[in-house]
Amino acid sequence: MNPLPYDRPGVFLAMAAFLFAAGIYGLIRRRTLIGMLISGELIFSAASLNFMAVNRFTAPAPVTGQVFVLFVMGLAAAEVAIALSIIIAVYRNYRSIHSKELSELKG
Amino acid sequence: MIPGASYLAAGIFGCFLLVAAAGALLAVLSTRIIRSVTGLALCSIGLAGLYYFLHSPFLALMEILIYVGAVCVTIIFGVMLSEPDEPVPQEKRSRELVWGAAALLVSTALFLGVAHLSLTGAWPAPAASAADGSLRAIGVALLTTYSLPFELISLVLLVAILGALAIARGGRSKG
Repeated sequence: MNPLPYDRPGVFLAMAAFLFAAGIYGLIRRRTLIGMLISGELIFSAASLNFMAVNRFTAPAPVTGQVFVLFVMGLAAAEVAIALSIIIAVYRNYRSIHSKELSELKG
Repeated sequence: MIPGASYLAAGIFGCFLLVAAAGALLAVLSTRIIRSVTGLALCSIGLAGLYYFLHSPFLALMEILIYVGAVCVTIIFGVMLSEPDEPVPQEKRSRELVWGAAALLVSTALFLGVAHLSLTGAWPAPAASAADGSLRAIGVALLTTYSLPFELISLVLLVAILGALAIARGGRSKG
């Protein structure tokens, strides 16, 4: 009996659930924009792991999940670039990236 | 086949699981942002190992290349250009505790619910794969079946780079 069955989707999906829960916790608790961005990346990773696990164990075409996860990674990279440039612009205007102090809409 | 090979593989798998979980915890719990970037990198390395166990060494390589090599380094640039450490909480202690408890409750409920579903669910036996998931098959699929999304994502990346430059440059003259 294998203690950690890596030939079954359960462990992978549970790990993805853990990453997702950690990302949600970080999104609620973090008070700076970069911390929230890191938590969002964790949620992206959870989604990718889910796609790969389900594709590997239930779908007959193994290429689809890998291509999909590649696209998710590319989108995550683009999102990080945009989000960081927004964070830098916000820091230049407010001298702070703490989410509590960013309460004005006027530029 | 070596006698203890299955235990060895299970041990390596457990190590990757531990590394990913520890990295995720470090990423969300540490107060210094640079440590949580390190946690994200650690978590990505663990995830790369999990992708390897899902029969996809190409994605394992890409995970390390993109997440550790690009995303984490970009976030570190952002850390250098701003002042991101968690502020000392100014709220009252009781309110802080209530928010922490609420966040912990929500995320624990999510984790326990989804993990229970995925561990006890009746998953079908692994299907016999029709095609192999090798690098060659991925390349052929990217250039035939998925050629339109492939071109679109290159356009998205180009627009993202230009947009990032435009946003980060704007307002510089204001000082």
